[in-house]
Amino acid sequence: MSTTTTTHHDEHAHDDHGHPSGLMRWVKSTNHKDIGTMYLWFSFTMFLFAGALAMLIRLELFQPGLQFVRPELFNQLTTLHGLIMIFGAIMPAFVGFANWQVPLMIGAPDMAFPRLNNMSFWLVIPAAILLITSFFVPGGAAAGGWTMYPPLSVQGGMSTDMSILALHILGVSSIVGSINIITTIFNMRAPGMTLMKMPMFVWTWLITAYLLIAAMPVLAGALTMLITDRHFGTHFFNAAGGGDPVLFQHVFWFFGHPEVYIMILPAFGILSTIIPTFARKPLFGYASMVYATAAIAVLSFTVWAHHMFTTGMPVAGQLFFMYATMLISVPTGVKVFNWIATMWKGSMTFETPMLFSIAVVFLFTIGGFSGLVLAVLPVDIQLQDTYYVVAHFHYVLFSGAAMAIMGGVYYWLPKWTGHMYDEKLGKVHFWITTIAFNVTFFPMHFTGLAGMPRRIPDYSQQFAEFNMISSLGAFALGLSQLLFLYVVIKCIKGGAKATDQVWEGAHGLEWTVPSPAPFHTFETPPLVK
Amino acid sequence: MSQESKNYYVPGPSLWPVILSTSLFLLASGFAMTLNKIGMGKPVMVAGALLFAYLLYGWFSEVIRESIANLYNKQVDKSFRWGMGWFIFSEVMFFFGFFGALFYARNVSLPWIADAHGLPDAQALWPGFKALWPTAGPSLALKGAMAPWGLPAINTLLLLTSGATLTWAHWGLMKDKRNQIIIGLALTILLGAIFLVLQAIEYHEAEFTIKSGIYGATFYMLTGFHGLHVTMGAIMLTIILIRVMKGHFNSHNHFGFEAVAWYWHFVDVVWLLLFVFVYWL
Repeated sequence: MSTTTTTHHDEHAHDDHGHPSGLMRWVKSTNHKDIGTMYLWFSFTMFLFAGALAMLIRLELFQPGLQFVRPELFNQLTTLHGLIMIFGAIMPAFVGFANWQVPLMIGAPDMAFPRLNNMSFWLVIPAAILLITSFFVPGGAAAGGWTMYPPLSVQGGMSTDMSILALHILGVSSIVGSINIITTIFNMRAPGMTLMKMPMFVWTWLITAYLLIAAMPVLAGALTMLITDRHFGTHFFNAAGGGDPVLFQHVFWFFGHPEVYIMILPAFGILSTIIPTFARKPLFGYASMVYATAAIAVLSFTVWAHHMFTTGMPVAGQLFFMYATMLISVPTGVKVFNWIATMWKGSMTFETPMLFSIAVVFLFTIGGFSGLVLAVLPVDIQLQDTYYVVAHFHYVLFSGAAMAIMGGVYYWLPKWTGHMYDEKLGKVHFWITTIAFNVTFFPMHFTGLAGMPRRIPDYSQQFAEFNMISSLGAFALGLSQLLFLYVVIKCIKGGAKATDQVWEGAHGLEWTVPSPAPFHTFETPPLVK
Repeated sequence: MSQESKNYYVPGPSLWPVILSTSLFLLASGFAMTLNKIGMGKPVMVAGALLFAYLLYGWFSEVIRESIANLYNKQVDKSFRWGMGWFIFSEVMFFFGFFGALFYARNVSLPWIADAHGLPDAQALWPGFKALWPTAGPSLALKGAMAPWGLPAINTLLLLTSGATLTWAHWGLMKDKRNQIIIGLALTILLGAIFLVLQAIEYHEAEFTIKSGIYGATFYMLTGFHGLHVTMGAIMLTIILIRVMKGHFNSHNHFGFEAVAWYWHFVDVVWLLLFVFVYWL
């Protein structure tokens, strides 16, 4: 009783002096929880926006022939859907989790650089404005695909410049954010929390931050060369001047493949947190999980050219990148079996976060296997730029990254809001999402194997049934995310009071503070035994 | 010295981040407009640049004030060190991208353009083209190339010496000898400035431009970004010099000095790589 009163008192004291209220609380924030919240809301907004673009894509592909959008607009839709989902929805969501959870999990008072933290967030806003308004400049949005390969991207209009500069700004944001996370993890841990006692989520983010610092500047280099090729007469990507368009692909994918793991490692961290909680068993092999994460990160820099098997490379190079790619399935397999072994003989319950996690283990593995199929050089030459590739990366990015994010939101929502979410609606959201996702993307394996090319607004008659099924699934998938929004808002507004520990099987420092977590936590570091 | 604060310093609400984001937005949108010949672009860019300069001044002043007020304890100092170290690593990776482009062009794409490993199509496209370096590619002519043992060698000497004078200044700092720090820093800045002047002369006298094919593109991109970093480093050193004269540092509290010194040495190392791979080999 007395402890609750003191907490209350503390809270009050901070409410009085800690932060301005109203809009300025958010604009000037140096609080990791507020900044995390802003990141998560931003991400969700972008998720709905880029999802709406996907709805338009599926609307056009509902039937063969051209019905709703012109081919130019179709290309803009696929390009911006990709760019915004990756840089606007998935990445900021994980940064939001990192902001909320990392200081709480390691017992730190805040992030190491609170002002830079806010800067990282506020930089994503101008980038988003540049990307979204690029639809309305002459010529429309960038249409050369999210990978921005030259020569298309050298020929594009003003919107290509806007996309390039938006990505530059996002790069700055990511690099600063990663430096902040690395510094926080290395320098702000509570006494007694050794590296090998850190929660898995913290480990995965530490390694992700390294990937970001190493990969983002390389993207900045590629974008800089692109913009000088466009406007300042350089010939980096023009063979007539001794350059090579394939050079862009090499530099881009040197960033782009680690980027893939940037988007999945924190998801692995979320799974490794949720599954032990609801299996009521510790993670089966903590150390092996850490080493597997590090191994994936190191290998991720040695596989980039598997994205360009068909664009010109000596056979020795193709073979190297094929085998290196297959090698990644070893540490990934370590992870999948780890989760399964954690569930083995556990006393499991199936709350919404656990349902999402199990679905991710299952569906991400399908995406991993189709990745292995694509890694096989002769098969890839057949499947390059078909819907099989689209199916593959949506199985890893939607049913891997995005669904892990949803699971994570349900898992920590009670800690963030102080209320339990509506379990029944959460489960409904889970089942519609999972079923609709598979209805949307599973048929794409078949259309892809049959040769339907991606990024084309029209297709031949034999793909009609599968495309109609995909489109119907997509509409259900898109609509069901409004239910997610409703559940989250309902949880913020009220609901059953959440306890400090929230989940019976949850362990770790974040569950020792009250729910909702007070504005300031761990101002005096806790002692970890 | 006064006792340092026990708790990790968490700054209060601050407007600087949003000002930074606004200034970058103005810079980026102004730049996009300028590139596409929209009249408003230039004024928007200038506004962004001015706001950015104001921001740098204001934000750093605030940090310096906090530092002087002893709000930063040992742990905060350590955070700064981690932060600067990984920032420099990100810069390393930025240059790595451009060096990668240079190596790829010289060793992979140029030989391919010249003979495509004996495949007939390339010979039909660019008959008679030979993969020699330097080159402006099969359809452009290259006039002149950089010789390493003139200005570039002098520049190498200048930057290496500046690294030594900076270290000498650091020794002065460790022994709290103000004059040695000031002379060392001033010499370092002077050497950096001479380097930049010589670099400008070199650019001015060069017969080729950034438009001269892959050689011109890689040459100006790499040396240009390096020159930009030398400029930033020199400005940072100047600020450190002013702070030394104001007495901001002592032998056990001088992270700002060390951070800039790390940065300067990093720029030095990049130059050595440039000298070997861009000018010499």
